[in-house]
Amino acid sequence: MNASGRHRVLLKRMLLTCAASFVFCFSLIPIYTIYCEITGINGKTGTLSPVAAGATTIDYSRTVKVEFDAAVKSGLDWEFRPKVASVDVHPGDVIEVMFEAINREPELIVGQAVPSVAPNRASLYFSKTECFCFTEQPLEAGESKDMPVRFVIDPAIPANVSTVTLSYVFYRNEHATQRLAQSAAAIDNRVL
Amino acid sequence: MMQKEDMGMRKAKGGLGVALMALSVSAWAVPERWQLNMTPGVTATSQDVFQLHMLILWICVAIGIVVFGAMFYAMIKFRKSKGAVPATWSHNTTAEIIWTVIPVLILLGMAWPATQTLVRMADTGDADMTVKITGYQWKWRYEYLGEDVKFMSSLSRAADEARQLGSGIDPNSVENYLLDVDRPLVVPTNTKIRFVITADDVIHAWWVPALGWKQDAIPGFINEAWTEIEEPGTYRGQCAELCGKDHGFMPIVVVAKPRAEFDAWLAEQKAANAPATDAVVQAPAPTKS
Amino acid sequence: MATYATTDHHEDHDHKPSGFFERWFMSTNHKDIGTLYLVFSLIMFFIGGAMALVIRAELFQPGLQLVEPDFFNSMTTVHALVMIFGAVMPAFVGLANWMIPMMVGAPDMALPRMNNWSFWIMPFAFALLLSTLFMEGGAPAGGWTLYPPLSIQGGNNVAFVIFAVHMMGISSIMGAINIIATILNMRAPGMDLLKMPVFVWTWLITAFLLIAVMPVLAGAVTMLLTDKFFGTSFFSAAGGGDPVMFQHIFWFFGHPEVYIMILPAFGIVSEIIPTFSRKPLFGYQAMVYATASIAFLSFIVWAHHMFTVGMPLGGQLFFMYATMLIAVPTGVKVFNWVATMWRGSMTFETPMLFAVGFVILFTIGGFSGLMLAIVPADFQYHDTYFVVAHFHYVLVTGAIFSIMAAVYYWLPKWTGRMYNETLGKWHFWLSTITVNILFFPQHFLGLAGMPRRIPDYNPAFADFNVISSVGGFAFGITQLLFAWIVIDCCLRKRGAKATSGVWESAKGLEWTLASPAPYHSFTTPPKIDDRMLAHGDVSH
Ligand code: HEM
Ligand SMILES: [Cu+2]
Ligand SMILES: [Cu+2]
Repeated sequence: MNASGRHRVLLKRMLLTCAASFVFCFSLIPIYTIYCEITGINGKTGTLSPVAAGATTIDYSRTVKVEFDAAVKSGLDWEFRPKVASVDVHPGDVIEVMFEAINREPELIVGQAVPSVAPNRASLYFSKTECFCFTEQPLEAGESKDMPVRFVIDPAIPANVSTVTLSYVFYRNEHATQRLAQSAAAIDNRVL
Repeated sequence: MMQKEDMGMRKAKGGLGVALMALSVSAWAVPERWQLNMTPGVTATSQDVFQLHMLILWICVAIGIVVFGAMFYAMIKFRKSKGAVPATWSHNTTAEIIWTVIPVLILLGMAWPATQTLVRMADTGDADMTVKITGYQWKWRYEYLGEDVKFMSSLSRAADEARQLGSGIDPNSVENYLLDVDRPLVVPTNTKIRFVITADDVIHAWWVPALGWKQDAIPGFINEAWTEIEEPGTYRGQCAELCGKDHGFMPIVVVAKPRAEFDAWLAEQKAANAPATDAVVQAPAPTKS
Repeated sequence: MATYATTDHHEDHDHKPSGFFERWFMSTNHKDIGTLYLVFSLIMFFIGGAMALVIRAELFQPGLQLVEPDFFNSMTTVHALVMIFGAVMPAFVGLANWMIPMMVGAPDMALPRMNNWSFWIMPFAFALLLSTLFMEGGAPAGGWTLYPPLSIQGGNNVAFVIFAVHMMGISSIMGAINIIATILNMRAPGMDLLKMPVFVWTWLITAFLLIAVMPVLAGAVTMLLTDKFFGTSFFSAAGGGDPVMFQHIFWFFGHPEVYIMILPAFGIVSEIIPTFSRKPLFGYQAMVYATASIAFLSFIVWAHHMFTVGMPLGGQLFFMYATMLIAVPTGVKVFNWVATMWRGSMTFETPMLFAVGFVILFTIGGFSGLMLAIVPADFQYHDTYFVVAHFHYVLVTGAIFSIMAAVYYWLPKWTGRMYNETLGKWHFWLSTITVNILFFPQHFLGLAGMPRRIPDYNPAFADFNVISSVGGFAFGITQLLFAWIVIDCCLRKRGAKATSGVWESAKGLEWTLASPAPYHSFTTPPKIDDRMLAHGDVSH
């Protein structure tokens, strides 16, 4: 092959490598997400079907203290708190606790709660069967709402985990809020 | 006058260098002028970390002396101006094996204590209380989980005035300039305290050198750390992750009190806070529009 | 696969293009483009240096005297971007352009048109970046690491800096492809891979690193762009993303990037030390393999920049062990340089002084790197001035010193004239003394608890900050001397005429060409004589 032919082949290969590397970068997003799901490293909890959760045996020999923490992103005038500060649970037992949210804004807001668990090595063993964070939470101005979380701790949770903190932050869901406001406006127009 | 003498003394102390610092058992709560080295701190963890730091520092110094010593010897001895005749060899397998294997052994010697310390630091189990720390642009919020005590902690007013561009106030005249807050975090001594750390807006990092670690505060995620302070005292630190324009102005102050004093303080806070909690919690709303 | 070939893009005439515009703007000649890169790099070095002096001036005393905190943050951010992407990387590409064809016995670079493009993108990229300084809302101020959410709190400067980074990336990739093509396809017959000069080897490996990681950086900043302007939430917890993921991606690029800035430096020093020791390079093959293993390891240590983000214990241990492992091949390199000097017959002209300065001061940076790798200790060191000291030892007294050594070493070959040796020695000694006054006290500051990236500090930190600032201004002024020495040599041409060998014992193909080197390097492939290679006997 002559020189320019070889250069062209090499150039093509190198550009392909670059493209592959660029694609690799974006594929890191799903890879990281899956990796986190497998290892629980970023404190995201597992989810479990209620049936599966009911089927685990309860380890009465152990209790783990689960603390609840609630926060609202600054700039969003909501109140949000757990109804109990903490519960002592036996691994395997299905527990339900309530959180309460009040919308102090003068208008309808759709909130989205984002959960996080510490320590992160516990999050793999912490599964929710039901959570208000699974769905969008629309609250009218002044409305208050009780929101349940049901969870179970896997008896395989490492022995040196004695306290687990389940924390939520409520964010304003801009898109959903706008969508609801628009459809509400449309209904108002029809009535008038 | 007093101050001058004091300075001169500390200068002399500084001049004695790293070795002296290593021997010093005094646990400094605030940085000192001419301070050359890390301080051992006031927890078992911080002391472990300090010892590890000194170990690797001395290992590096020792390797440095050998390598630079050989180099300077060569540069002095094997000069053309001294009539040195160059050798022609260009490899020596034995030597190459030796200087690959020895570093590996040294590294193993460093990795071992490092691993042990790290494992201890990661164990947040069996804590007696949990404090939630939240970073905001540009202040900290502390919440004693389950106690209904929570408050904001920001740069002290005196420092805030002095630090404005062209304020005309001499920072030297402000006590604990940029290391003092309006409301410190109060904690009990000899108690294993677990921290859950997060942020509201951007990433911050919570760092008090005397406790021996720093931990990032990440919005939407909670991190964990712990401490057990042995000596009552006031320990100061700063945000350690760039978080915007006032990153340099969100200090941290931890006041460690004996258990009984702490309990009294907490009861007082609960009493005072109960009706006014909301007002305190609502304080952070810099971006509200 | 020892081959030689010219390219059909290239016209085989021996005259320089006549017009100024044709010669410099449309140039496809490796030497002219190399010169453009080096001049550009020097200008960026002074622009970035001016910003560093703004930083050091503000930190001269406690209290804010000169600039607002936001502008201070812009200075640290833009200083780093300018120095990394504008000064260090282009300087190495410039040296590669000048030297690689001469060192492998080729007439020019493999892809001369692309070569022109890859240079001329750079001024536009930096115009874009620097223009943000004059925009409303100011230049980016979230740190060169561009961590979200902070980095996307800025205004339009976010778009500017991201497009600038894209352009720099494209330029680097084109440069890297050209270098790989030149090295793999254009070597003279007999110039086997394991006979190539170490500088060529280190650049070959660096070029592969560039191709692997620059697209990753491009991807990361693209995601920032869409998060900021198009409503995605790759890195925002509110939308289900994770800000820490950006850090993982960034450092997957970032750690190989720091080796991109040091491997060519290893190459340069491995050329210079044998010349002035009058003895072949010790352990040539070990050097090549050490370089390759450093490059490999650089892909699996990235998270040592983020030990405090809350990684699981297993992750921290893995990244600690992997990082410590890098010290082994790095150590091999240092030992081999010392062994090269051992029983040599040394003289200390300016290039050798800078090379020796490099070995000592870079090693000090390596020691602090090793300390930073120890996770529990890094919990204390991280994001303090200790880290600032570490990376300035490896970058200023490492990368920059090696570039200066290279300039002094090859300048006579480029211009046909000797530079002013007395001034060169002054430049070395002043630089070495002032750079240590500048950066050594920063270790103390970090250990005493001073965080990095702050515009103001407690008076307890004042003393070492004063010392550091004084050192900074002195170092900055000293570099004007460097600019003068280079201008004096290139333009005034007062120095003695250089012979083709220039240095008494310089070995390698570049020294067989006349000084100044002819416009087209090897129009007929040279005969390779193994005894003329810098690393002596290569049969082991
Ligand atoms: C023995 C080899 C080295 C080791 C073990 C090492 C280790 C480290 C570690 C652990 C950090 C993170 C510190 C922290 O943020 O807490 C770091 C930071 C850094 N290192 Fe190195 N390093 C080495 C060599 C180098 C070289 C050769 C370069 C570049 C030429 C370099 C450039 C940097 C830079 C720029 C940073 C700071 C990045 C930032 O946060 O802005 N290092 N190094
Ligand atoms: Cu900060
Ligand atoms: Cu690194």
